[in-house]
Formats: sequence, structure tokens, C-alpha cells
Amino acid sequence: MSPMRVARTYRGARAAAGPLVYLNGAQRAALGEWVTITAPGQAPLRGQIIDAGEQLSVVQVLEDTLGLAPAGVEIALTGELANAVVGKELLGRALSGAGDPRDGLPPPIGEALRPLWGAPLNPTRRLPPSDFIETGISAIDGMNTLVRGQKLPVFSGPGLPALELAATIVENARAPRGEPFAVVFCGIGITERETRTFLDRFAASGALERSVLYLNQAQDPTIERLLAPRQALACAEHLAFVHGLHVLVVLADITHYCEALREVAAAREEVPGRRGYPGYMYTDLASLFERAGVVKDKPGSVTQLPILTMPDDDITHPIPDLTGYITEGQVVLSRELHRRGIFPPIDVLPSLSRLMNAGIGKDRTVPEHRKWADQLYAIYARGREARMMVAIVGEAGLSPADRRALELTESFERELVHQGPKRRTIQETLEAGWRLIDRVPREDLLKLSDELLATRQAQRDEAQHKGA
Amino acid sequence: MSSAPSSAKLTRVVGALAEASGMRAATLNELVRIGDAGLLAEVLRITGDRATLQVFEETMGVSLEEPVVREGSPLAVELGPGLLGSVIDGIGRPLGDLATLTGDFLLPGANAPTIDRARRFTFVPVVARGAQVQQGDVLGTVLERGGFEHRVLVPPGRQGIIAGVFGGERGIEDVVARLADGTTLGLSQRWSVRRPRPSAARLDASRPFLTGQRIFDFLFPIAEGGTVAVPGGFGTGKTVIEQSLAKYAEADVVVYIGCGERGNEMAEVLHEFARLKDPRHGRAVLDRTVLVVNTSNMPVAARESSVYLGLTIAEYFRDQGYRAAVMADSLSRWAEALREIGSRLQEMPGEEGYPTYLASRAAKLHERAGRVTCLGAPKREGSVTLISAVSPPGGDFSEPVTQSCLRVAGALWALDPELAHQRQFPAVDWHTSYSLYSDDMGRAFDATVDPDWSKARGAVLDLLQRDAELREVASVVGPEALEDKDRLLLQAAAIVREVVLGQSAFDPNDAYSPPAKTYRLARASLDLFEAGKVALGRGATFAELELAPVRRALATLRDAPAGDVEVKAAEVKARIASLWRGARSEAGGTS
Repeated sequence: MSPMRVARTYRGARAAAGPLVYLNGAQRAALGEWVTITAPGQAPLRGQIIDAGEQLSVVQVLEDTLGLAPAGVEIALTGELANAVVGKELLGRALSGAGDPRDGLPPPIGEALRPLWGAPLNPTRRLPPSDFIETGISAIDGMNTLVRGQKLPVFSGPGLPALELAATIVENARAPRGEPFAVVFCGIGITERETRTFLDRFAASGALERSVLYLNQAQDPTIERLLAPRQALACAEHLAFVHGLHVLVVLADITHYCEALREVAAAREEVPGRRGYPGYMYTDLASLFERAGVVKDKPGSVTQLPILTMPDDDITHPIPDLTGYITEGQVVLSRELHRRGIFPPIDVLPSLSRLMNAGIGKDRTVPEHRKWADQLYAIYARGREARMMVAIVGEAGLSPADRRALELTESFERELVHQGPKRRTIQETLEAGWRLIDRVPREDLLKLSDELLATRQAQRDEAQHKGA
Repeated sequence: MSSAPSSAKLTRVVGALAEASGMRAATLNELVRIGDAGLLAEVLRITGDRATLQVFEETMGVSLEEPVVREGSPLAVELGPGLLGSVIDGIGRPLGDLATLTGDFLLPGANAPTIDRARRFTFVPVVARGAQVQQGDVLGTVLERGGFEHRVLVPPGRQGIIAGVFGGERGIEDVVARLADGTTLGLSQRWSVRRPRPSAARLDASRPFLTGQRIFDFLFPIAEGGTVAVPGGFGTGKTVIEQSLAKYAEADVVVYIGCGERGNEMAEVLHEFARLKDPRHGRAVLDRTVLVVNTSNMPVAARESSVYLGLTIAEYFRDQGYRAAVMADSLSRWAEALREIGSRLQEMPGEEGYPTYLASRAAKLHERAGRVTCLGAPKREGSVTLISAVSPPGGDFSEPVTQSCLRVAGALWALDPELAHQRQFPAVDWHTSYSLYSDDMGRAFDATVDPDWSKARGAVLDLLQRDAELREVASVVGPEALEDKDRLLLQAAAIVREVVLGQSAFDPNDAYSPPAKTYRLARASLDLFEAGKVALGRGATFAELELAPVRRALATLRDAPAGDVEVKAAEVKARIASLWRGARSEAGGTS
């Protein structure tokens, strides 16, 4: 990075429109340079140069530009890039998306400044993620295992309990060997009610003291939404790679982030891509999601749990679509399961954890974990297909095996997926699954070997013996 | 060859684009260094003394009025021994060396040559003083890790009489031969990435490119030097397919281009490839691989160049007489990089905002694949096979990138989210996929594996087609309402899906399937179907057929280690023979 320039001050902007302020020939303006804009008698507004030009430079203003008169303002180019104040003392604090205190305490001093627009991690310095994180949720731990350094989004729909799920995970998540663990929560455009629910759960469970909160609420300036997740990630990287903590980052809600991105693109009159979102949205989202990972020779890790709302539950909408292409799988919530009172309402069929195989098996969970999951998945998928068929041909038209799968599907949802607020250990999850498998005749268990089933039978006999 | 100090200065910086004044003497596609940090950029447009540049590195913090220095040549890559096993970014810098320079995170302005200057190679000449050499002639060889013979070539456009040749320990920049006119030839050569390397003649596609994946080799085979598009929505397994092919396909050299994909995936590839052995040669897979990496958070302009860089490297190995394969994952990210830059240039957009030249660029890129007679002596053939993943938004294949690729690719392996949800992997939709090479390749397999190969392929395709029709009927009337022969067909198709088309990339015994095994599994599944039909014809009912044990035996055969195959195959045969207890002993195994 080139050494930054000294601060310069100009009087009067050429134009202002929405979140953008246009400057006449700002000397030696740098791309990304931090700017403050002061109107007489008002608090200074912060912004950033997003287009540096000899004739015209464009500043994206973070705060509300209401009442701004471009001709009268004083513009200071700070000579610096946007930085985040980071440090261990931020644990337990609540800050705005721009990093200002939201908890009535003085601004954090921090240990270091970290660039908001973090540089990409060198792929050769990455360590392939391989450590299991126990979230306490069966549908995740058993069927779509989360691994340290992974980015696993929750695809939700309007009105579905994605934040409750996130809060449950944050309360329950455990590092496998009890290593130091922290949470960075970033609210992006979330409502007062959502914020409160989340904070109350946090405070009640004692998770607050090991957490840093960045809150950009629905009423806060839109452009700040572009900054909030970067504040959160800069802080997470510092905690992980300087202090060796295992950091879980919750970003909620990515949909609001994308809308802010679209708003700026539209203000700049850029050629829109699908549904008006900018063509570079993939790259932009990647610059957030790729900031998860594990680094060679460093003890900590950054794991991301972004939450997004699929408009109209449409998984092909550009926001879930582009996210799915970048992240390592997805956890999809189902409206139907939610309506039937199942919590968490995770639909395991479209859900996927790409890194699951790396995080399960011998020395991680249990050696037979993969086979166990494949078998449950296969029967559940078959039962779901049968459920659709029943609507057309009636139950009598099903083959006996389909009928058995249909029955099991019901139990799978009620007994394995549904767990309410209760935490399950991985052993409890596996046992819940085995209890379902126990009810299935041998001929339907195509994914399990005779040896494995014999071992299971021996375990059951032993348990019965002990019980007796 | 940087030119004299110039007065060129930056006049605009926005995203991956910059503009500079004082650039009257610049040429299109010329490389320049911009800013105090000297970021690499390329000239896209020249108007008077102004030039528009695409910057291959992160531009945050670059200021107006910072200097611009012309390099005098276009973006080129250094080609020579030492490339195999290396990991380079989209502009040819080794990522390992960049980590030494800037630490765990990539910072702009760092610079390192593609091939390590400190490495020494043992050069063994095959030409002698006084010999007349032409472009493409083999000057000598270098033995690389894993026993790969790297052939050092006379670069295109050079010829003359050898005045001196220098064998022994050489560095990458050292001279290995001198021509009578004073020209020196080195261990390495440079080639501009946007220009295809020349060859003597293009050959037709007549030899199969063995992938080791049953569904591809058996149903949708491609030729050496062929091209295939692999479109699929997220989670359909594009990357797993690209990786399986990179590991197991029969190629001498694999160039794996991670274009706009995940960083963790690249870490995984590096880790896996170093550990895995090539099933045919026993050397580490990494030793036959060059990784070109531009993850989705690395600069977008270098994403555009990464594909050309990878193709150039593959062509270089082709020119040595090797079979190179390029795995491009994914071309959609390449096209999006074009779109992003085009939009910043305020070009008139075509469909979905992509530039209007998307189709012609995609066509040119695909045409760099092919099987050729190489330039120079000794006479040899080489090939570049291109397997490109495409990531259509919303999984919709009607979008411009998929369509541009399909117009020029020789085959389509279409991935289907429905199959992926059913965990049918590879999730290749056998109804929409096709291969224009299938007839030629069928003849080749008939000659090399089994004379019955093409016929069996036809029978399997027919079975799958009838299965689709019957399943539609069954979804209306219920499977119980079908006739016994139709229920048998559905079961046979399910078995084909499970043991022939389905293949686990994670099972060490099944991840790679040689063509003989592929044929054996397909044949056995068809035999089962035939035996079932015979039994029904002799009065058996569907319920009496003992399909489950055959199915398990077939699955065991599929997952058996190479040494157990014969025993397990005999078991399958025995199970088929006893499919129906009421049958006389000769009922099974007839075809």
C-alpha cells in the first residue's frame, strides 16, 4: 500500500445526490480515502472516496445527508483509508456499524487499527478447515456439520426464526476441546424488535461478555450497512489471528446489506445486473464471506454464520444465489416446518455443509457419522417424495417401502429436527438418529453395512441389559 | 524493459480501472506499473495522450497524480521447468513467494518471478553443435519431480544453426544454447497470454479423454483435445467434478484454474493433491499439476487474465508433446470479470449486462483447446482438453454465459439440483447432457475395452429413457399399479443409477473407475435386467425376484479394492443366476 497523503481541506462540493457528494478536482485524492464533510453548525459527516478523478471525485457518505447544502460545506480529505479500531477490550461492547459506542461507554481505544477493506488471505497460507463445532442443533451437527473456518449461511424467509436459531447457536456452540471462543455479532439493518430479542437472549445466557456487537439498525443510515460487516470482520480477524480466539461471526441480515449496495449502485447510475443488483455483487459479497478461515501456524479461526432473508422464499433470487456460490453450503429454513411448530425449522434436503466430511468421522465425531447421515438422508428424501405422491395417488398407491419411508419422515421431523430450545450433544444427536434407524427393516437400509448394524445391535442389547 | 522516466500520471482511479495522462506512446494491451507501489496494469484503451487501464491488483489507497511507468510488452508468462507443482496467481506470481514477501495476507505491489531463480535444473541436450534447429525443436530435456521429462523447446519464431549447447546444472535464466547468429536460447521462454501458441497442424478428435468417472466415460465421453461445459447451480458438485478429473483423468499435465472460487477450496486442493498419488504413474497428483488461483476476493482483473494464463501454460506442455487438461472453475467468474470491467468502461451492455463480445471471447477461448501436431522435431502430438465449469445464476441454463459456452463446447455435462438433493453424485442429468464425440469415442472403446461397449451404452440410455417415462406414469397412478415388467424396469434403472452412474468421489476404491470396471458394472446391471425379464416371462412375479441381494452385491463390487474385483464379480453373477428361486439353473446370465 502506498504511503498516504497529508490531510487537505476544500470548501464547497459540486453536487450532492442521495448518499453521494461530488467534489471538483480534489488534489491527489486516493481511492478509498476517508473524508469528513462539515456543514456550518452541524455534526461532521463521514464518507469515503469511491471514485477518484482529476475533474470529479465521488464521495459515498455514511451518514444521513438530509439538509446538506453542497456549496457551503467544508470537505476534509484525511489522507487515510478507512480503519477499524480493534482489540480484546472490545469484548462485551456494543458499537454502531461505524464503530461508535452504542452502550453509553466512551469510545474504545483499542490495541490496533485494522483496514476495513481487509486484504485477501493468501490461499497458500490457509489451512483446510477440519475441526468440528458442536452447535447443539441436531439438524446441523448430525446432518450438515459446521466446521471451524467455514462460512455457512442460514437461508431464511420473512417471518422465519433465523435470528432465534442464530441466538441458540451462539448460546450453545462449543469448541471441541474447550478452546477460547468469542462471538462477533453484526446486525445489518435489523429492526429494534429483532435487536432486542437477540440482546436479551445474549444477556440472559452470559454470552455478552465474550461478544462484540456491531449494530446497524433499520433506522440507521443505509450506507453504514456497507461498513458494519467490515468492522465486525476486521475485529474478528484481530481476535482470531492476533489473540488466537475461535471467533464465530453472525452477520444478520445480508439481504439488507445487498439492498444498500444496490442503492449506491443506482445512485451512481451504474448498469444494473439481475433484479437491479450491481454486476459486481458476487465480488463484493465474496470480499465479506472469504474473510472466514484458518491460517497456518496461527491458533485462532474465523467462522461465519451469515443470515439472509430470501425475498418471497425464492432461493433463485440473486442474494441467496450469489451467496450460495461463495459460501460452503447453506442451512435452509422451511416455512412448512415452522408452521407445524418445529424448531429449528431446518429443511435438511436443500441444506448442505460442503466441509462436513472434513469435520466428522474418526477422532472428530464418530467413524460411522457419514454412513449414519447418508442413511437418514436417503430415507428422509424417499419419504418426502412419497409425501408428494400421496397427494396424487393416495397412500394405498405407495409401495410398502415408500409407506415405511413416509412414516419415518414424520418421525424424523418431530424427533430429530425438532428439539425446541434444548441443546443436544453430538452423542445425543446420533442416538436420536439411531433410534429412527432402529425402526427400519434391514432391506430399506441400503447405506449401512452388516457390521455397522451388528455393532448398533450390540450397543442396544448392552443398554437394555443395563436398563434391566 | 521499463522505458525512460515518463511524465505519465494517474488521472482517475475507480475500482479495477485507472486512467492516466502522458500515455501517447502506449500500445494496446501493454503492461504498465501504476502508483508509488508499482501495481501491475494493462492498457485497454488509448485516446490521444490518455489511456484507460485495468489494474490487476487492489487499488484501494492509490492516489491521483501517482506515476505510471510503461513496461513495453504485453502480459506474458514465463514457461519452463519448475512450473509443475507450483501455485500462481492470475498474473503469474507464485503465491508461496508472495506470502514470504507480504505475510498471510496479499498486499498489492509485491513482485516475484513465476519460476524460482534459485532453483537448479539438470539440462541434458539432445542437439549438438552445428545442428540446424527450427521453432519447436526439442533442444534437450530436464527431469522434473516425479520423473516428468520436461522438453526444452526452441521458442516459436526462432531458428538457426547451433553454435553452442550447454548441458548440466542450469538456472531458469541461464543460456542453454547459442545460435550462429548470436541469439541465445534459455531454459525458459516467455509467451503473451492472450495469443494462442502456434502448432504445425490441428488433428481431429479421435482418442478418448479418460476421466475415470463412469457417467462421463460411458455415457458422455469426450475426446482428447475436446471441450466440455459443466454448468450447474450451487451445491450441484461442479467443483468436486473438476477436482476428481484433475486427480484421476488420464492427462500428463493438469492446469487447474480456480477462477473466482473459494479460498478454502484451494487450500483443500493443495493439501489433497500433495497427498494423493496418480493411479497410473504413482507420482503425487500435485507433481503433474499447475494451480492458477484467483479466489473470489482477489482482484477481478486478474480473474479475467487467469484463464488465458492457464491456457498458455497448457499449450506449452502440449507443444512438448504431452496431453494437457485444463480445469477452469468457473468460466462464469471470468465472464463476470469481463462484465465488471466493461461496465466501468461504460461500454454498451449486451444481454444481462454482459459485454457484447462475451460470445466471441468465449469462442476464442474454447478454440485454444485441441489436439495438434506440434511444431519442430522430433515429430510429436499433443493436446489441450478443456473442462469448464459454468455457474448459471439461479441454475438457469438460458443465461448468456452458459449459452455462449454451449455454442462452442463439444459436450455438455448438465448438473441438476434435483439429483444433488437426492445425493445422486455426480449429479449429471442424463437426459439433457450430450457429447458430440460419443460416436467416435464409442468406436474407440469398442476397440480397446469391449466390442460390446457401444451396444451396452445404447441399452443403458434406452433403459434410462423408459425409466423417465414410466416414472411419470407412476407419479400419477402409483408404483403399485404398474405391471411387473415395468416395476422391474424401474428397479433396473435404479440399480444403474446407483452403481453405474453414481460414483463416490470420497470412496478411495470408487473415486477412480477404469473403463474395464465401468463396462463390467454396466454389463452386470443389464444382465440383471435381462435375467429379470426372462424370469417374468417364465411365470415369475415381480415380488418373487430377489433383487436386493444382487443390488448389494453390485454395490460391493463397485466399492471393492482392485484385488477383490474378480471374487466380487463372481458373486454378482451367482446372485443374478439365483434371482428367481423358481428358475431353472440356466435362467441367469443370458444376454
